Amino acid sequence: MALNLDDIKRIAHLARIEVSDSEAQETLNKLSGILGLIEQMQAVDTTGITPMSHSQDVTQRLREDVVTQTNQRELFQSIAPATQDGLYLVPKVIE
Amino acid sequence: MQWEVVIGLETHTQLQTKSKQFSGASTTYGADPNTQACEVSIALPGVLPVLNKEAVECAIKFGLAIEAEMAPRSVFSRKNYFYPDLPKGYQISQFELPVVGKGKITIQVPATKNTEAYEKVINITRAHLEEDAGKSVHGAVEGMSGIDLNRAGTPLLEIVTEPDMRSAAEAVAYAKKLHELVQWIGICDGNMQEGSFRCDVNVSVRPKGSDKLGTRREIKNLNSFKFMQQAIEYETQWQIETLEDGGTIQQATVLFNPDTGETRAMRSKEEANDYRYFPDPDLLPLEVTEADKARVKALMPELPQALQARLVSEYQLSSYDASTLTASRSQADYFVATVAAGAEPKQAANWVMGALSAKLNAEEKSIVDSPVSAAQLAALLKRIADNTISNNAAKQVFEGLWAGEGEVDAIIEAKGLKQVSDTGAIEAIINEVLAANQAMVDEYKAGKEKAFNALVGQCMKASKGKANPAQVNELLKAKLG
Repeated sequence: MALNLDDIKRIAHLARIEVSDSEAQETLNKLSGILGLIEQMQAVDTTGITPMSHSQDVTQRLREDVVTQTNQRELFQSIAPATQDGLYLVPKVIE
Repeated sequence: MQWEVVIGLETHTQLQTKSKQFSGASTTYGADPNTQACEVSIALPGVLPVLNKEAVECAIKFGLAIEAEMAPRSVFSRKNYFYPDLPKGYQISQFELPVVGKGKITIQVPATKNTEAYEKVINITRAHLEEDAGKSVHGAVEGMSGIDLNRAGTPLLEIVTEPDMRSAAEAVAYAKKLHELVQWIGICDGNMQEGSFRCDVNVSVRPKGSDKLGTRREIKNLNSFKFMQQAIEYETQWQIETLEDGGTIQQATVLFNPDTGETRAMRSKEEANDYRYFPDPDLLPLEVTEADKARVKALMPELPQALQARLVSEYQLSSYDASTLTASRSQADYFVATVAAGAEPKQAANWVMGALSAKLNAEEKSIVDSPVSAAQLAALLKRIADNTISNNAAKQVFEGLWAGEGEVDAIIEAKGLKQVSDTGAIEAIINEVLAANQAMVDEYKAGKEKAFNALVGQCMKASKGKANPAQVNELLKAKLG
């Protein structure tokens, strides 16, 4: 799969990463290299092999449904840029 | 051209757990902002999610209730998007391998003026575990939005149907059925005002007879059945008109405005929909074994379909009565408790669906808040059965129970409603009535049947309604011979 500079801009936007025009070409080369590697791997016949979702063959440990956390709002909000009435403040979101 | 509407639903049900999906923060509704937002909820660096056992059991319960295929191993994935109420920058959800696979739910679509009531099977595509986002609060500070992360990380089960519904009525019937079911099996409180049960409805139209799906628009976050009906009807009409005017439908997310009754596009879906799912490396595959399923099954109440069948076979109720009584778990529980307390089933069914239901509706009360308990109703029905009171008197006793005037026997006593079944006493009344109404007696003897009923009426009146009507009939007939 061949990428172009527009793809790079779009991927960067989706990930909210700023990529300047000069960086875009370099990023394109790197990403294309990774895709090339994946293409090579796709040549391997994987018929009948269950896709792996985790590198270790163990299953999820479950937690009992108990409230163990206490209110630490003051502590957490002491490092927030802006708060009011217990709310974290962010630049206005418009839907 | 004849058009057909095609509808599929995605429902977010908030699971009834004490703590969040991946942390030990409380899920209690309505707390002060961010007082239930722990380090996992606000996504501080370095924290790790640990899955809630109860949420998994809720998912298994749902899977068992809809006879679904359940994956022995399911996988959590990250759904990536940026929004301030999602501090991690991704929602933990399930994508390729959901915990609950294909299942089915049978819905009852009510009759309308032009159509009969009917049943239909709606296929469930999947149900997966995920976490809720926080809430944005607008307008508190100029130019800023406030973020409350109390809800962030609350356990959800998202239930997705196949595009199987063909009318707003079917979609609403499905939503209502699902709403009852999740409450019945105790996995969701069903509180729509608090957002515990939210529906997204996918609507598309196509020429009738076509088997290709049209382009769909998704109506987001409907939290009432009435709005759902209105939104689908408006959206369907809008799509048909757009196509008939030569336009095309763009895939979009729309919001329903209850004030105008219209739907409006929120954002075009193409870009927003690129969620770049990938397996979450912080979470291992979730294993659900046959033993887990058996253990959870043992904790579950009898399902509505099973109870319905039992009401028919064990109590000889009609299937209509059985279906009405099992429309909600609370009503079914009330009925079963009434019968268990000694009431005759058919009579209990009539009272629960009749007088009790009417009174509850009139006062907008739920059956769990009924002032008349199942035990009291059973006691009342026993007094009808043993001829202590008449059906008419029973209604007065019921009113008394409702008003909290005491127990059944005390009310019968206080209101003097005890039926007179003493033959001697009734004969005395009849003799008086006959003596005072010679004209009626003559009419009856001349062959006028109506006069007999008038005489029964006079006897009942003379007894202040307390005489046993069957006995009055019998004795009067014998006297007039």
